[in-house]
Amino acid sequence: MSFIDSLTDYQLDALKEVGNIGSGNAATSLSMLLNHKVDMKVPAVRIVDYNEMMELVGGPDKLIAAVFLRIEGEAPGNMFFVLSPEEAETFVKQMTGSEDFSVQEPPFDEMAMSALQEMGNILAGSYLSALSDFINVLLQPSVPLLTIDMAGAILAEGLLELSQVSDYAIIIDTIIDDHEDENKPIQGHFFLLPDPDSFPKIFNKLGVPEQ
Amino acid sequence: MKTYESKLIKVGIADLKFAKSPDVLRTSGLGSCVGVVVFDASAKIAGMAHVMLPDSKSSKKSELNQFKYADTSLPILIDTLIKDGARKFALKAKIAGGAQMFSFSSSNDMLRVGQRNVEAVKTVLNQYRIPILAEDVYGNSGRTIEFSLETTLLNIRTVSQGTKDI
Repeated sequence: MSFIDSLTDYQLDALKEVGNIGSGNAATSLSMLLNHKVDMKVPAVRIVDYNEMMELVGGPDKLIAAVFLRIEGEAPGNMFFVLSPEEAETFVKQMTGSEDFSVQEPPFDEMAMSALQEMGNILAGSYLSALSDFINVLLQPSVPLLTIDMAGAILAEGLLELSQVSDYAIIIDTIIDDHEDENKPIQGHFFLLPDPDSFPKIFNKLGVPEQ
Repeated sequence: MKTYESKLIKVGIADLKFAKSPDVLRTSGLGSCVGVVVFDASAKIAGMAHVMLPDSKSSKKSELNQFKYADTSLPILIDTLIKDGARKFALKAKIAGGAQMFSFSSSNDMLRVGQRNVEAVKTVLNQYRIPILAEDVYGNSGRTIEFSLETTLLNIRTVSQGTKDI
């Protein structure tokens, strides 16, 4: 039996808190970047098979803008920040004040891609530094990479480590909500996918019992 | 005149499905994963695998989904086709996928998994002496592929280059 099948409610709650702390800090950074208030939904910890994970963002065919980074250090894992291309475009317009570009079909605007990458950098950095303080482990993010492509192709990259030990993934999913423009609400997903060996370390640091 | 609507059979990640003409097999969002079609054109029977990792021996657990690995999924694919009436000498293959979606500057082996998947798929097909009629592999784009037994063409769609048949 895989460790994923034997998680206790207490452990799941601890993981939710991990998502809460990280994305709370990221939402604060984002509101500073955009200069208006950004809300955050209560995180969900989901145990899903690979195909269900793709459905969370609209199916494997769906075009998404994703910032992906690898977390190295004491509790390694993968992290995604996922937006729809329309939402990404709204973000870039808010950030740059420019209206003159598109990220909905290729070729993607270079300036817009660079703005999105920087946004991913800031969000992921603030998520991880909060997380690192909270669980008191050293976490080093790789340089975040931005890709706009099919959800299946992108998200599968984050499952490779996990797929060697489990057919399921534990996703700490938080939704960031931006309703500044009522016509174009933005919902960005943070997916945190700790490597299998990182879970015992995280629980241990948080003082959560194994069983 | 067509009297039978062809069905679309979807193949998930780490999955394996079979079809008889005129049904169509599709798998969506291949990144570093590889889609493998093996078919017997005159017996009008085909199978499609969506392979995620090259080698089941690298796995740390034994009871995992066998369709995930090239070295376990493809033998099941080929044996099932033969059991269902395909002739071994008539089997042909087409493959697509094995992209590198992100280019991290790291030595981590996991990051060139696309390339290793393609190599592993070719090794197994070669062991069974199944010729690869067409391939569209590597690069850095996601692919959605669809195989029609009527035409034996593999249709490939990417976000940046549109669609093509191989």
